[in-house]
Amino acid sequence: MLILRCPYCGVSGEETEFHAGGEAHLKRFGPGSSDAEFEAYLFQRENPKGVHFERWRHVNGCGKWFHAARCTATLEVFGTYPAQSTEPPADLRKAISAKRPGWKWREFS
Amino acid sequence: MSRRIQQGGRLIDRAQRESFAFNGRQMSGFAGDTLASALLANDQMMMGRSFKYHRPRGPVASGAEEPNALVGLSAGARFEPNQRTTTTEIYTGLTARSQNHWPSLDYDIGALNGFLSPFLPAGFYYKTFMHPRPLWKALFEPVIRHSAGLGKAPTEGDADRYEHFYFFADVMIVGGGIAGLQAALAAGRAGAKVLLIEQTAHWGGRAPVDGVMIGGKPADEWIAATLDTLNAMDNVTLRSRTMGAGVYDHGYALAYERCEDAVPQARGPRHRLWRVRAGQIITATGAIERPLSFPGNDVPGVMLASAVRDYLVNWAVAVGKRTVIVTNNDDAYRTAIALHDAGEAVPVIVDARPDAKGPLPERARALGIRIEQGCGLSGVKGGKRVTGAQICRQSGAGAVIEEVPCDAIAMSGGWSPVVHLWSHCGGKLTWDDAQAHFRPDPSRPPIGHDGAGFVIAAGSANGEMLAGACLQDGDAAGKAAIKALGLKAKGGAIAQAEAEGEHPMMPVWLMPADATPELKMKIFLDYQNDVKLSDVQLAAREGYESVEHTKRYTTLGMATDQGKLSNINGLAALSQALGADIPDVGTTTFRPPYTPISIGSIAGEARGPIFQPIRQTPMHAWHSENGADFEPVGQWRRPYCYLRDGETRADAVTREVRNTRQAVGLLDASTLGKLVVKGPDAGKLLDLVYTNMMSTLKPGNCRYGLMCNDNGFLIDDGVVARIDDQTFLCHTTTGGAERIHAHLEEWLQTEWWDMQAYVANLTEQYAQIAVVGPKARTVLEKLGGMDVGRDTLPFMGWAEGELAGIPARVYRISFSGELSFEVAVPASRGQEFWNKCLAAGAEFGIMPYGTEALHVLRAEKGFIMIGDETDGTVIPQDLGLNWAISKKKDDFIGKRAQQRSHMTDPNRWKLVGLETLDGTPLEDGAYAIAEGTNANGQRKTQGRVTSTYYSPTLDRGIAMGLVLNGPDRMGEVLEFTRTDRPPQHARIVDAVFYDKEGEKQNV
Amino acid sequence: MSDPATPLNGAHYAGYVTIAEAAPRGMITLRGDLGDKGFAKVVKAVTGLALPGQREFAAKGDFAVAWMSPDELLVLCTYDRANAVVADLTAQLGDLHSLAVNVSDARALIEITGDDAREVLAKLAPVDLSPGAFGPGQIRRSRLAQVPAAFWMTDTGFQLVCFRSVADYVFEALSTVAQPGSRVGALV
Repeated sequence: MLILRCPYCGVSGEETEFHAGGEAHLKRFGPGSSDAEFEAYLFQRENPKGVHFERWRHVNGCGKWFHAARCTATLEVFGTYPAQSTEPPADLRKAISAKRPGWKWREFS
Repeated sequence: MSRRIQQGGRLIDRAQRESFAFNGRQMSGFAGDTLASALLANDQMMMGRSFKYHRPRGPVASGAEEPNALVGLSAGARFEPNQRTTTTEIYTGLTARSQNHWPSLDYDIGALNGFLSPFLPAGFYYKTFMHPRPLWKALFEPVIRHSAGLGKAPTEGDADRYEHFYFFADVMIVGGGIAGLQAALAAGRAGAKVLLIEQTAHWGGRAPVDGVMIGGKPADEWIAATLDTLNAMDNVTLRSRTMGAGVYDHGYALAYERCEDAVPQARGPRHRLWRVRAGQIITATGAIERPLSFPGNDVPGVMLASAVRDYLVNWAVAVGKRTVIVTNNDDAYRTAIALHDAGEAVPVIVDARPDAKGPLPERARALGIRIEQGCGLSGVKGGKRVTGAQICRQSGAGAVIEEVPCDAIAMSGGWSPVVHLWSHCGGKLTWDDAQAHFRPDPSRPPIGHDGAGFVIAAGSANGEMLAGACLQDGDAAGKAAIKALGLKAKGGAIAQAEAEGEHPMMPVWLMPADATPELKMKIFLDYQNDVKLSDVQLAAREGYESVEHTKRYTTLGMATDQGKLSNINGLAALSQALGADIPDVGTTTFRPPYTPISIGSIAGEARGPIFQPIRQTPMHAWHSENGADFEPVGQWRRPYCYLRDGETRADAVTREVRNTRQAVGLLDASTLGKLVVKGPDAGKLLDLVYTNMMSTLKPGNCRYGLMCNDNGFLIDDGVVARIDDQTFLCHTTTGGAERIHAHLEEWLQTEWWDMQAYVANLTEQYAQIAVVGPKARTVLEKLGGMDVGRDTLPFMGWAEGELAGIPARVYRISFSGELSFEVAVPASRGQEFWNKCLAAGAEFGIMPYGTEALHVLRAEKGFIMIGDETDGTVIPQDLGLNWAISKKKDDFIGKRAQQRSHMTDPNRWKLVGLETLDGTPLEDGAYAIAEGTNANGQRKTQGRVTSTYYSPTLDRGIAMGLVLNGPDRMGEVLEFTRTDRPPQHARIVDAVFYDKEGEKQNV
Repeated sequence: MSDPATPLNGAHYAGYVTIAEAAPRGMITLRGDLGDKGFAKVVKAVTGLALPGQREFAAKGDFAVAWMSPDELLVLCTYDRANAVVADLTAQLGDLHSLAVNVSDARALIEITGDDAREVLAKLAPVDLSPGAFGPGQIRRSRLAQVPAAFWMTDTGFQLVCFRSVADYVFEALSTVAQPGSRVGALV
């Protein structure tokens, strides 16, 4: 059972305080988008063995959504950061690179 | 015979007798006895029968690894099957029954299986009983089920109490032997918060039994002193009778505390499951001795050499009068010496090694004990009890050299570290050739949240088999944990432990080495599951190369002991049969729990009334006292109807519907979600989350709205009231409050975080009471207060004021088609308002109505219900709700999806009303049958029923359904399926069955 | 005004710690930008209390203010004054984007008192409740058995808030684990 640190309230809580919310950094496509764009937005998800970015909500806590960078193979959590981000913070990406050289996830590396 | 001897017994208190019953026979033992030691003291060697062949079995071990001596404890609501006698502490009043026999332990009909054993090899289930197929259900399965399984399941609810406990530690140490104690000292001295647990009632592990001297004194003294030191540390928590059950991700571990097992009629919880989160976990879980694989090694009286020593030293029980020792290592000599020192006869030590020369064998020789080197056993005489041992050359095929009369055999095949907890969460093992066992590979530990290892093995669990090394290793583990936590280790001397050195053991996987096939069929690898060496060899011949497959095919290592004794011997047998090295064959997966834990402890407090949360409205108690027949709606309990004397549920619903249509009804609508949305961008947000335009709603007005997800599917509906320029109150469905609140927060926080809008869930701040029916206004007017007249408060308007002296917000909205007021009052005054409505309405015939009447009323009006007409695949357009979808908005959640080709397909099933030709209701979920069959040979369908009721207003069955091109097929008659009856005919009609013009709600 | 009907009707259970419904209390959800100086000023003016820091709980006189999230406070006041305090906050906050609502009736307030109050909570909440990890002046929102809850310390133990609809469930769960004979003795 994971431990995650909520970047809003600073709590390091066990997984049962949180609710998983799928992949992070999805770009929403609405009216006017092509079928391909919309399909990608709705359905196409990363499923890596290794570095992954996902959304969590501190549901039994402060109620805030945040993002977590996590290794799906070892369950190592590289870091968490606010959901009001369009990309993983630079220092976190650097920290991941130190542990997983050459990692790549969508357009990020 | 096995019996209590006069001297010794470090764990028993001879001053305190405890009496207990075994199979109805009264026996007695001493405080401190386990059930196994007490039974042995009463010469009860046979304690059960085996699973498959029903062979007589006695205990093999003295602890958690015991596979045979399982019993059912207590009776009735406290009955518990499959409990190990070796870990059950006795108390006066304990009752135990042996298992797997009929009619009695001594005379068992199932033992016939033993004679049939040549026909019951590995996989016999899969090979036999297959044909003729009809016999499976009628004959084979009942017979197998009757004879299979371990103990019987309890038939009554558990009378005991259980609980959880969340605990956080810097260092958790599992195992209170000398390595664990030393690790706790090292970690405790550094100031870390330490939790040290031990599965037995006693600290110190094997060291005192093995005669280890620490710091020049007997181990017991060092243990007592160390416990004093640890108990004096505020930062150290010690817990005995607490088993490390499992290690999980990120330092999570379960510890299973047996609080009251040995205290009958205790008030506290029987078991407590500690849910521990630890920075570092040290597994000082010890090692388990392996049996030797020789013919007849399962006869009662054949035991692990360490167990024979434990019974003697700990409980002053000699398991036999003449005990033959058979070994491949030096450790078993300790048993011989202990027996000899206690005055018990050891006729011979049979050592498979060509020469036994270590200090321990030399001591045994000096004591005059006969030693046969290079020898093994090729047979055991006796059925229900050992009567003799047949000695052979280890290197041969098993020709008997000599038969030695004896009534016990103590065997030792070497020791295996207990690596379960290390392995649970991914720690890897390495093969130690010299000691012929797997031990933890410190370079591949379980990985924690920070990417570093969080488990450290210590002592014999780490492959350190000598006492001195155990202490050193425990100290090193404690310090390593401290370092990993970023703390500073403090000094403190490590006591030196002395024990005789040991010479190398010799791996012996088969005794004798060239045993004949007949002998191999008498060698048991797994006692609990009756798996023999020949079974594993057969599995290998049949192509089961993977150890995981062999396990499942032969059942080796399954059930309650999970292969604690059989694992390595089984692997060795498989690897020999496959001609592979043991490390290449590998182990099966170690899964928690280490030993079985009670189901009650897993449930914790969540039983009975608090099995799960039940949500109650402020009027819940009144409903209960006034005939409410509750139904669950999510976690809420809502009255389905209110039963009056002699009424059926259907009667009650009919009465409630008619009364609401004709007079006035009262509904507890408090469960409806109430979300307040406020801010400069509140209207903008609502325009995006609802399909309709909400920003144009005028303060004082209400509007019905639909919410979709970005897949386009309808997820919720409800009425929105505009409170003021910046504030809206959004009603959701009963199940929707938390879900829709979360939905709004999700979009606000993760997509439109620049929007200025705050959401708060006010669902439970208010009791909401719907006053519904032609006389609704009259009732409110009688209550007195605010003006609820037609002009002041028109349909789809709301107003704030007081009713009967209670602050109220009144919404003129209707889910029934009748004149209807939904009144929100503070929750604390809900019951008061409800009572006043009943009193004021009495003269007008007011009656409360439940959710089923609510459903019928709405269905008569053709109003949809989320969860009935929708199922996660339905879009508003399917339900004819296009009027509630704004065409003016550039965007709303779901808009793009509703433009996809499948969503705009003219052949989507659409909502219609359905009226049966015979007037009886359609079945819920019935399908409309179409011509032809699909690829699976099933009838094609062209629609389905989404809601169906008997309408008291129309006195006939009415329904709504989704039908292919439904709205274009008015008047057409379709066939609908029924369960076990011929299809039913129904005509497609308008979904509004009652008051099509809406005159009644608008008065 | 009549006494409000509280969710637990004043329930009380004396186990090895005491579980009891607390006297009615005014509770206000106040949302706004906690970083805004104007916002802090209004909170101070109305409650007499400075803005609490992350996960802090501050009390003074009739008022208490708890940090619920980066944009939410829980303001406690006397039960009867809750609506007036909401009106006061709303008026003083004026055009500042914010939301103040009375949630007094939407919550149940339960007291857990006694020497072992910590460990009784620790049987239901996955929170480190040892004195070194949690103490007076802090608030923790978490899970209590199967429902969300928040709690803080008082002189004699804890106060805990949960939703009104699950008040019975929470009270029963706490009472169950507070039965005599259940002491763990590990949180000292």
